[in-house]
Amino acid sequence: MSNATVILEARKISKYFHDPLTVQVLNEVSFSVNAGEFIAVIGKSGCGKSTLLYVLSTMDTDYEGNVFLKGENLKGKKDTELAKIRNNSIGFVFQFHYLLNEFTVIKNVMLPGLKKGEFSEKEVEHRAYEKLRILGIQDEALKMPNQLSGGQKQRVAIARALINNPLIIMGDEPTGNLDKKNSDIVFNIFSDLCKDFNQTLLIVTHDMEFAHKTQRIIEMEDGKIISG
Amino acid sequence: MSFLLIIRIAFALLMARWKQTLVAAIGIAFSITMFITLLGFMGGLNDMLDGLLLNRTPHIRLYNEIKAPETQPVNLLPGYQQHYNFVRSIKPKNERLQIYNIAAVEKALKEDNRVIGFAPKITAQVFYNVGATDLNGLINGIDVAGENKLFLFSDYVVAGNSSDLNTIPNSIILGKGVAEKTFTNIGDIIQVTTSKGESRQLKVVGFFQSGIQEIDKVQSYASLKTTQNLMVETGSYITDLQVKLNDLTQAPAMAKEYEKLFSVDAVDIQTANSQFETGSKVRTLISYAVGITLLIVAGFGIYNILNMMIYEKMDSIAILKATGFSGKDVNRIFLCIALTIGITGGITGLIMGLGLSSVIDQIPFNTPSLPTIKTYPVNYNPYFYIIGGIFALITTYFAGYFPSRKASKMDPVTIIRGK
Ligand SMILES: Nc1ncnc2c1ncn2[C@@H]1O[C@H](COP(=O)(O)OP(=O)(O)OP(=O)(O)O)[C@@H](O)[C@H]1O
Ligand SMILES: [Mg+2]
Repeated sequence: MSNATVILEARKISKYFHDPLTVQVLNEVSFSVNAGEFIAVIGKSGCGKSTLLYVLSTMDTDYEGNVFLKGENLKGKKDTELAKIRNNSIGFVFQFHYLLNEFTVIKNVMLPGLKKGEFSEKEVEHRAYEKLRILGIQDEALKMPNQLSGGQKQRVAIARALINNPLIIMGDEPTGNLDKKNSDIVFNIFSDLCKDFNQTLLIVTHDMEFAHKTQRIIEMEDGKIISG
Repeated sequence: MSFLLIIRIAFALLMARWKQTLVAAIGIAFSITMFITLLGFMGGLNDMLDGLLLNRTPHIRLYNEIKAPETQPVNLLPGYQQHYNFVRSIKPKNERLQIYNIAAVEKALKEDNRVIGFAPKITAQVFYNVGATDLNGLINGIDVAGENKLFLFSDYVVAGNSSDLNTIPNSIILGKGVAEKTFTNIGDIIQVTTSKGESRQLKVVGFFQSGIQEIDKVQSYASLKTTQNLMVETGSYITDLQVKLNDLTQAPAMAKEYEKLFSVDAVDIQTANSQFETGSKVRTLISYAVGITLLIVAGFGIYNILNMMIYEKMDSIAILKATGFSGKDVNRIFLCIALTIGITGGITGLIMGLGLSSVIDQIPFNTPSLPTIKTYPVNYNPYFYIIGGIFALITTYFAGYFPSRKASKMDPVTIIRGK
């Protein structure tokens, strides 16, 4: 473990909510994620899993402690800098797919790539098809999101998270809305990504079966990591 | 690249709600149309009313006023020079109304390149003799060619021909009101008596109508020569020089200058007609106020649709932010929507405004007091169009500013948690 590259490191992260009363939701959480790890985060409802994920994903900046992404401290960075980091290095999959209904499936996948602006539109499109193919939904590329099933939508959302080849994919209950069959499909996709592309994944889940199939489980309770 | 992407996203959001955006754009288009039409119409009306006066009015009038001398003999007495002397009931000495040394003055005016031209004039107080009654009147002795060129005299001659004044000796063009009061027709002879008791018979060769009744009831026109004859004066007798300038605004300063230079009295158009400018200004101000009010109302339309869109598209905003669009980008997307509505609405409005103005321009408008006007007057001042366009942009910018800022400040975590 000591010779593996650390992708993400959390150091003594504490988080308070002040409304209606001041409550501490995260209590000096520290851990690190190595390159190529597939980690599940579990814990009782309300223990602070989502809150932790939002802090790690740079969307929530109101916390104590430090988050390092590839050794870079994210504390005190500006909105535009954080947006760029999310665009380049973090792929996010939520319980809800959040696809833009105004765009086709392929355009939805392309958007973060176009925002990055590293490649030409043609190249981004090519890459987006590639991701859709990996996820087995290349035939749906030209459909509108509302013409897809729930499982298909979630796979499009994963393709979108992958488009810029992020350092890490974070998921907040990405299978929470799916039936057993679709959950398995999504899990298999994640584990294939980990195996075939050495993709790092940090996934919050309530599904114990799902969690036990991953390489490492981090268990939380009352804002603290109790194991993992 | 990033900018194009923002435009594409903005456009996609806009098309998803094209009916509402169309309504908002129509609101802007309508208000710009009304703004342009209103200003064009008011401007035309102002020009017409101004023209009514300005066409007929010299920018500077040089004349000799009969007035009492400012220094009285008592002031020259050695013992009284230090005193403040009251002299009551001073009378002017027998001075003539004529402008002295007219040839030199005319030469100086000709050489002054601020002057477009000038026309000499003689005013003669007369009575029109109709049977046993005498009607008060005023004959303007004019240089017909000069008067035509500078003051569009022939436009106001509603019957007969202005050049007949030169070709037919002892001829007169009567004011329409004078003709009515004296029951004369073209070709008739009218007898006039000057204030000095001279009587002449003049042949009526035309009528004129200035549009201002008070003038038409009293004044008539004759050639310089006819008037000099009537006054029993020589050819150098001129009482007024009417000067037209390149730049109207210089009139007050130049009037003072001429007063000193030629030792005559000079009055500029601004001093002579101060109430007129005020009227035009107020009318223009009202048009602007109405136009801008319409625009602001239309601006609220844009504000509403953007606010609605932002609430509807909260999820999209959240995911755009989660996938790497900054607050600034989101702000630009919504501003872009607002400006698209504003620009399309604005351009449509400008074109429709031009169209509506030209329709109004075709509507017949005949009034006996304005012989030269045949249709409703419209002013196509490009200034109105520029101001209309700029206001459309400013209004939409502000209507878009607050919703866009709200969207850019939206916290994706709050939105995602809310699910
Ligand atoms: N905006 C907020 N204001 C106040 N308290 C909050 C706010 N958001 C979350 N909390 C509290 O923080 C705690 C942690 O919430 P969090 O969403 O991280 O839990 P979670 O572990 O993800 O639970 P779940 O498994 O149900 O999703 C909860 O007790 C919740 O009530
Ligand atoms: Mg949660």
